[in-house]
Amino acid sequence: MSLTKRRPHMDKATYYRGVRMIPYDLLKELAIAMIGVLVFVVVVSVALSSPDVPSVTIQSWAKADPVDFVTTATSELAGTSGVATYGPPYNNQNGAVQTLWFLDPQEWAGVHVATNAANDFVLEPLQQSTLGDSELTDALTTYNGASSDQQTKWLTSYTNALAKATVGGDGSVAVPSGDYGPVTVMMSRMLTLARSGGLDALLLSSNHFYQTDFSKALLFLGDGSYLGNLAAAQNLTGDQWGMMNETGRYPGQAWLWLYTMWYQIPPFNSDTGFLGVSSANTDLAVVAVMLVLSLLLLLVPFIPGLRDIPRWVPIHKLIWRRHYAEIRKTPSPNSART
Amino acid sequence: MTSDAVTPSADATSQASTPASEPGWTAAVRRRVEKTLPITELLPTRQPAYIGSWVYAFGVITIAALFWVVLSGVVLAFFGSAWWHISSVGKFFNSIHFWSVQMFFIFMVLHLWGQYWGAGWRDGRATTWMIGVVIFLVSVVTAFTGYLIQQNFASQWIAVNAKDGINSTGFGGLFNVLNFGQQYGLHVMLFPIGVTLLVVLHIIQVRSRGVVRPIGDPVVVDDSGAGA
Repeated sequence: MSLTKRRPHMDKATYYRGVRMIPYDLLKELAIAMIGVLVFVVVVSVALSSPDVPSVTIQSWAKADPVDFVTTATSELAGTSGVATYGPPYNNQNGAVQTLWFLDPQEWAGVHVATNAANDFVLEPLQQSTLGDSELTDALTTYNGASSDQQTKWLTSYTNALAKATVGGDGSVAVPSGDYGPVTVMMSRMLTLARSGGLDALLLSSNHFYQTDFSKALLFLGDGSYLGNLAAAQNLTGDQWGMMNETGRYPGQAWLWLYTMWYQIPPFNSDTGFLGVSSANTDLAVVAVMLVLSLLLLLVPFIPGLRDIPRWVPIHKLIWRRHYAEIRKTPSPNSART
Repeated sequence: MTSDAVTPSADATSQASTPASEPGWTAAVRRRVEKTLPITELLPTRQPAYIGSWVYAFGVITIAALFWVVLSGVVLAFFGSAWWHISSVGKFFNSIHFWSVQMFFIFMVLHLWGQYWGAGWRDGRATTWMIGVVIFLVSVVTAFTGYLIQQNFASQWIAVNAKDGINSTGFGGLFNVLNFGQQYGLHVMLFPIGVTLLVVLHIIQVRSRGVVRPIGDPVVVDDSGAGA
């Protein structure tokens, strides 16, 4: 018997003919379930509360790890950061573009959250902070007036120097002396702006009073190491089954276990890869696999083999144990196996 | 089959009361509703004895958990997205929401496995199974948007981490996990309505078709030969 083979059309009376019917109070059962669930969640809520680790701000980042902040800001200005080289939907680069066989959906979709890392994260916020700061005004004028090659030289030298940076008692970042042009002043002001909390506000600015889009702030925050290090300490990174974990000792999105699992195994986490799947396109490959699996789950009733497993594996005999026992006790002369 | 139970439920024999001769769209819809889901089937007082199995409790517990998820969510939405971070009462309601969601998923997955091992799609119930799977998938996305709008460290990290997955599919511009306003609207409005409507549809399907018979259950061949 196939488990999707339809019985000839029959009304419910016919369908249930011969089946022992018992009194059943649907609403009473629902009410008991609702009360039971409520009691459980109230008790657990009182006993365990719920996770709420405070958010990171750019201000707290700049205070806790000023070198990482300045290094990130410099990479944004130099165009070497993760976002600056990302690609769609942020810009026309290709650093984070993933393809699978002939599939290139990221490029096909194009840029929809346009982000100019140097301008949005560094130059524009600094420009808005020039009031009463002639030194910063001069630095920006010098930087913007310099050739691209000159800007790159300054930024490369400054980036290399950041490897030997020291943090002063006032939280400022000092680097060995060198030819950094206006970059030293610009980064000093960036750090001051961030430590004051001003950069948090400026990255939300979109010429509107009300703000609900945190794309720029989160992209900038995500480019640094600080956020990732905090996440790793809480076992939240991708290679730590992070997608299904929660901060603290709370259950997370456990239902994402299968999605998360693929990130832990080859070829998804392999540099060499297999059949075009590797760590270079893990996200797209995992999404593709999960789409296929979801489709299979959806279409189980129509897939031979998959739909027959419940008949082969006798778990149903456990589910309807009493019913089958009842049938064995009282066989009917006019019944037929389907 | 048992010897004392050859008579089907009175619930299952309901007939439409709107005359077939009565014209109009309203009458047609009423006839369809009366035929598909009469009140005796929507709220049955008798059911097959084989539903006396623990597996049948999972679905109703899932619905119960969903009720508390929605109710606690309404309270949280009413007081604003930042309320639960600064109010102990708000934190309590957030905890109710959080643990109700956990219960909802645990019992939804148990229900799904129960229906799989019982092959609940048999006898014309494939669409009931499919709607159930869609509910599960939409619920996963709904919960994901909930994690994105917590306004705490977890939501920051999940957004930053998840953007690459969404972006890789080309939907990063349409479904921007970094855009709190978009995710908030989806989580408190669109997805809950979607899940609730799908659950209502799922329940209507279950109630209108009745609970599927156990695998290999003998079906009585009636006089007209309609039984299989």
